[in-house]
Amino acid sequence: MKISFIINGKNETLEVDGNTPLLWAIRDVLDLKGTKFGCGKAACGACTIHVDGQQVRSCSYPVKYAEGKKITTIEGLSNGSELHAVQQAWEEFVVPQCGYCQPGFIMSTAALLKQIPNPTDEDIDNAIINVCRCGTYYRMRKAIHRAAEIQAEFISSSSVNADK
Amino acid sequence: MTLQSNANKNPKSSSRRKFLIRGSIGTIGVLALGTYVFRNPLRRTVLEMAETLVPPYSGSGTEANLWFEITNENSIILHSPKVEMGQGTFTGLAQIVADEMEVNMNQVMVKAAATDTGIVDGMSTGGSLSIAQLFQPLREMAATMRLMIHQEAAGLLGVAVEAVSISNGVFSGGGKNLTYAEVASKIKEWKLPETPELKPISSYKYVGKPVKRIDQLAKIKGEPVFGMDASLPNMLHATVIRPEHVGATLKSVDTTNAISMPGVVKIIEQEGWVGIIANSFPEALAAKRKVKVEWEKSKEWTEEGIRDLLKVGNGNKMITQKEGATIDSDDPNATIYEFTSPIGAHAQMEPNGAVASVKDGKATVILSTQVIGITQKQVAEALGLEPENVNIICTYLGGGFGRRLNTSHAVQAAIMSREVGRPVKYFFTRKEEFQNDTFRPPTHHIMKGRLTENGSLEHLEHHYASGDVAINSVLMPAAMHSVLGTDVGAMRGGNIMYNAIPNYRAVQWHTTLPFATSWWRSLGLLANTFAIESFIDEMSIKAERNPVEFRLEMLSNDEKGERIKNVIQKAVAMTDFHSDVSNNRAMGLAASIDAGSPCAHVVEVSVTDQKIKVEKVTCVLDCGFAVNPDQVKAQCEGSIIMGISAVLHEKMTLKDGRLYPIIYGAYDMALMKDAPKEIDVHLIQGVDIPLPVGEPPLGPIGAAIGNAVRRITGKRLTDLPLKL
Repeated sequence: MKISFIINGKNETLEVDGNTPLLWAIRDVLDLKGTKFGCGKAACGACTIHVDGQQVRSCSYPVKYAEGKKITTIEGLSNGSELHAVQQAWEEFVVPQCGYCQPGFIMSTAALLKQIPNPTDEDIDNAIINVCRCGTYYRMRKAIHRAAEIQAEFISSSSVNADK
Repeated sequence: MTLQSNANKNPKSSSRRKFLIRGSIGTIGVLALGTYVFRNPLRRTVLEMAETLVPPYSGSGTEANLWFEITNENSIILHSPKVEMGQGTFTGLAQIVADEMEVNMNQVMVKAAATDTGIVDGMSTGGSLSIAQLFQPLREMAATMRLMIHQEAAGLLGVAVEAVSISNGVFSGGGKNLTYAEVASKIKEWKLPETPELKPISSYKYVGKPVKRIDQLAKIKGEPVFGMDASLPNMLHATVIRPEHVGATLKSVDTTNAISMPGVVKIIEQEGWVGIIANSFPEALAAKRKVKVEWEKSKEWTEEGIRDLLKVGNGNKMITQKEGATIDSDDPNATIYEFTSPIGAHAQMEPNGAVASVKDGKATVILSTQVIGITQKQVAEALGLEPENVNIICTYLGGGFGRRLNTSHAVQAAIMSREVGRPVKYFFTRKEEFQNDTFRPPTHHIMKGRLTENGSLEHLEHHYASGDVAINSVLMPAAMHSVLGTDVGAMRGGNIMYNAIPNYRAVQWHTTLPFATSWWRSLGLLANTFAIESFIDEMSIKAERNPVEFRLEMLSNDEKGERIKNVIQKAVAMTDFHSDVSNNRAMGLAASIDAGSPCAHVVEVSVTDQKIKVEKVTCVLDCGFAVNPDQVKAQCEGSIIMGISAVLHEKMTLKDGRLYPIIYGAYDMALMKDAPKEIDVHLIQGVDIPLPVGEPPLGPIGAAIGNAVRRITGKRLTDLPLKL
């Protein structure tokens, strides 16, 4: 069937089986490889993307449900050359090791900060339930708090500018 | 133009080397230095090496082993014989290149060498050895390269060598500038200098500093290509049927209902496996469900069956350490404890797989692997090709942890490609990863000890049983086993480090299990140290002694003993270590030495509603010289969290003859909520060369946690994962 959606700001129309997981449409049809396959059962979070601003595990999300929606993947998270607050914080704390799970964590964190701009440790424990085998959780937690700060600074400086 | 040296047999040599020049597309010059030949040591040396030393970098054995390219943009590309699986090796190598060649960090790129475009490690990337092995050869190579081009630059600039300065990859002299690229492109005949004296480490700008990872920005943006992301034009997608049952073999296959499924291109039946090749991965997977398979099951393996097989007293016995007398089996003053560890899965995030293209007698395989050279041989042999007609290209690895020391599935991808005449991509489902892993073997330990009247240990014995780690691995030819007599992988951490005890011994019992077991980050170290250091702690309690003093007096006064004492004392000082319990919270201490790197952890643990939580870990590691202290710390943090996951959470079990669980979540692993919020890593430089880093911190974690739990609850936990 024909499916149309907006992905990273771009209109796409695909001819695929509607039950195909969105992950494979993104990776193998649209050739966006930043979204990873980890388990295929929504159990690890490596495939996390945003659909209409909500975090979704794309390996278990049939592509037909994406019809007419707005999708963001890791490739579309940054604003042009300016990294997203979460990516900036990740860079500051040198979080990635092997890097495979990191796009999923970054997308999950970006979604968390939209919902809870200044998460507590408990919020982080409850919301960030992806799997990282290299064990980068310790630096990630610090980076998540830092991302919240960067985001707050950005919002306050934007609102100051808006007031002028 | 490409330069390549012939083999140089002397590992410490800085003598003149002979270079060959050959063409290369898009690059100007490549240089490589001599091979650091691995000399097959005698049994004793190997056993010592497994305990303490860094074996010399082995290279390919026949060819030059390190490559540089200089691009027209004046950047340097190092084709690394070691791969990047998260351990930060590429960053460390780039730091060395930048410093010795006088270029900026952003002018250096590091790529994993492919068999066609560089020299790969003939053995593996593993054992925490990459930086330890390459530090000296890479410094020498980079320094020689710099001097050679420096001398040529002087000629081109028309000034004396001494009058040419170099900065940021630009040679200046006589009022003119030339880049590396410009000099290299003008050279007609290379004159190879003696390897110059290396810069003192203190003068390095990047080496020894917490430089940011060179791959991190790309990883944060989701850009790097992993094996799973590789593709080739006109590629098909495949999946393979593997046994769910331990020890099952393929009996019969009926593909009637599968072959007509949408998108299916071909189904092939091979010795022991079936490959389903389709236009897309979901189509291949759907067709796979329609294949009817009958399996031949010799035996329904159970948890108890494995435990009966794997125990001290069963299998192949080898005394790996012996000093003084043994404890009589009926000694009434002996204390005896038993410990166990379960089957562990690698659970690396990127599934195994490969993209293969086989055509016109040539094969290309793209994958994540720790054994590029070995995979080349396996594919060549299976396809009846000469190894030089098989190109293995290694991508970034989505985790290694030893799992990718067995990448024989490259052969299956290559066979499927040959059968359809098109490139084929194939990878494991997560269920297949869990059921067909090369697991961390379960272990069984019996600790025996006897105290003197004044509370010192006078006897200590570690008897341990393990499945295969090194034995039956592609890295250890079968012939080596009779030479070694023991599984050197299972032996890691198995020997007693308390050499001041008058009587001690370690005895290994080896059994090959009915499912594959192999290398898992730190090998035997995790379970062996858990048993030994839990027992030591218990003996200190029995002796009513302070666990720190109790340990220190059993360590010898030689260099090794002093380095172990040093990490323990530092960890104790950093934490004000004490044995008190307050609010169901207490500290636990443990130490180990692995591959020459001593490590001590002090953990703070809380117990709430019978649940064990690690609140803080203080880690002191003597890793020698740290090329990148920040990334050494990252390895410590990662080891600690992976260790917490293994000792508090993870366990594979046999049920109905199959290994379970088959998915994350059910395979309980440490998540964000389980990781300590505080990890304080302190590095000590006990020697002036880089030592292994990525595995040693896994050693003490299990016992340190168990020792804290003992303080809080009074219970000595003896089985991993630790549960109250």
